[in-house]
Amino acid sequence: MRPRNIVEKLWDDHVVYQENGKPDLLYIDLHLVHEVTSPQAFEGLRLKNRVVRKPELTFATMDHNVPTDNREVIEDQVAQTQMTKLQENCTEFGIELADIHHPDQGIVHVIGPELGLTQPGKTIVCGDSHTSTHGAFGALAFGIGTSEVEHVLATQTLWQSKPKTLQIEVDGTLGFGVTAKDLILAIIAKFGVGVGAGYVIEFTGEAIRKLSMEERMTVCNMSIEAGARAGIISPDEITFDYLKGKRHVPEGDDFQKAITKWKQLTSDEGASHDLTLKLSGSEVEPQVTWGTNPSMGISISQAVPAPHHYDKKSEQEAVQRALDYMGLEEGTRIDEVPIDYVFIGSCTNSRLSDLKAAAEVVKGKKVQSGVTALVVPGSQSVKIQAEKEGLHEIFVEAGFQWRESGCSMCLAMNNDIVPPGKRCASTSNRNFEGRQGNGARTHLVSPVMAAAAAITGKFTDVRKLMTVYQ
Amino acid sequence: MPGIRQFSGNVFPLNRENVDTDQIIPKQFLKKIDRQGFGKFLFYHWRFNDNGMKNEDFPLNDEKYQGASILVGGNNFGCGSSREHAPWALLDYGFQVVIAPSFADIFYNNCMKNGILPIRLSHSSVEVLLENATNTNYELSVDLEEQVVSDEEGFHSSFEIDPYWKQMLMNGWDEITITLSYDDQIKQYELLR
Repeated sequence: MRPRNIVEKLWDDHVVYQENGKPDLLYIDLHLVHEVTSPQAFEGLRLKNRVVRKPELTFATMDHNVPTDNREVIEDQVAQTQMTKLQENCTEFGIELADIHHPDQGIVHVIGPELGLTQPGKTIVCGDSHTSTHGAFGALAFGIGTSEVEHVLATQTLWQSKPKTLQIEVDGTLGFGVTAKDLILAIIAKFGVGVGAGYVIEFTGEAIRKLSMEERMTVCNMSIEAGARAGIISPDEITFDYLKGKRHVPEGDDFQKAITKWKQLTSDEGASHDLTLKLSGSEVEPQVTWGTNPSMGISISQAVPAPHHYDKKSEQEAVQRALDYMGLEEGTRIDEVPIDYVFIGSCTNSRLSDLKAAAEVVKGKKVQSGVTALVVPGSQSVKIQAEKEGLHEIFVEAGFQWRESGCSMCLAMNNDIVPPGKRCASTSNRNFEGRQGNGARTHLVSPVMAAAAAITGKFTDVRKLMTVYQ
Repeated sequence: MPGIRQFSGNVFPLNRENVDTDQIIPKQFLKKIDRQGFGKFLFYHWRFNDNGMKNEDFPLNDEKYQGASILVGGNNFGCGSSREHAPWALLDYGFQVVIAPSFADIFYNNCMKNGILPIRLSHSSVEVLLENATNTNYELSVDLEEQVVSDEEGFHSSFEIDPYWKQMLMNGWDEITITLSYDDQIKQYELLR
């Protein structure tokens, strides 16, 4: 048999039906559902008297518009309606739901792995583009629209054309103070926001293999920001160690059998990709985005670019528009730019290791006066564990707000909003115009870089803080 | 869903790259639980100033683009969030066709599921269309059956589309109904797992 990469193997394993001139009918192993992109899908089922084919392969939670302060009284009645609707839909169609008061509640891409629902070899979809996160486990995971949500609910399948594969190989090791977030931001800055369109990205290389599961999730999470619906990493011992003992993961002998099966998913020796791009891990520096899409990023030691640095007229215009929106002058060193807000959270960077790393930087220091800083754990489970380890005390003593779990200020659908013209150092994934609030200026950074910015009140090379205070 | 075969309409040129779905429909409008009425929020923060008044600098507010039904945009159109509210807003506003050199994958799919025809044309063709539509009324014709975009001045460009999606769009078929006719195959697959 011809050597296959992991995407090809997963694909072949899930084809229900194949015919020339048609996309393949692909089986879906896990469907994650949340309150914002599902109501119209359930309504569609109801209108046609359809049922959910496999409620047991479907799991729902509320994350996008849940408040992260007071959960007893929901002030936003429109958001409340969406939450109530999800509750009703899950009851009517027999779907397990972790609602706003449930101990399993959290950002859908944080709780899937936590509960062990996310496993190697699965096809996973959700009405959310950051479903690519789950690819960190060697699953084929991608975001879908609401019509596709309805299609999966009704049929447990999707018609999909086999994607091309893009290998991004990262050699070497990430340097001191350089995180998985910096790596993926550097990849997007180097190759662009459209490089992955039409592809699934397989991340390979020594630097990737050394990443923990939570770091791998950060990398795969932002595959969509490089244009790829899915990112994937072949599973290995680090994956199996993470999964061991998780609630939905097989136990004992069954776990050993599962590992044997999962090991076969790894791309074969000699397997090819449609395109391969390379980057050296040791070259990556802590990153800060300066513009209004995730590829507009630089290293902390660099200055904001000028439109004339670009060749194409359309690029020059886009850069000028971004500078205007962001209120930045070309040539300004990014480490001289002051900030107003800090957000540590989102499906990219709200897991325990993210909070631990940020707390390490914050410990014993104070948030700069005038800066509003939030820590929003990715799930109730992350929150409880962090509190057991005393992280909340470190944050609160420093002047951070310690919140309940949810998507929060990543997309500002709830009350966690950055006001117009204010500048936010954010560990989230998108710096689009208005993303964190109308007129808000978002700079994407790693959790430790966000922590450093909170302390100094401006973007700061976290490595300097780490060296001084070590 | 009505089928789409031949279509003519006026062009709205949006000469920007990487237009993301957060711009097409901002998040504060995603809390509805039906699919209707998103058109008035399309490109909300570009169309309206902070005080809620029309932003006269944004071309969609220009008199000559009222009634436009073909949007011509830049590279990587529809990137970002998977929100299907983006095509719902475009359709509700009156756009039936979107032309760009490239689209984000999820947005491209979402368009077709809603009877919006997304057309990939070469950079050079898109530049011609953008220029032709700048500051003037410019009508284009789209023939899905022949896979051609043309105007009366001699512009003529063919486009590629997956034959499956072409059929679906031309006939306005409901995909779930079709898939449910493969129930035996799905059951068979589930049995063998």
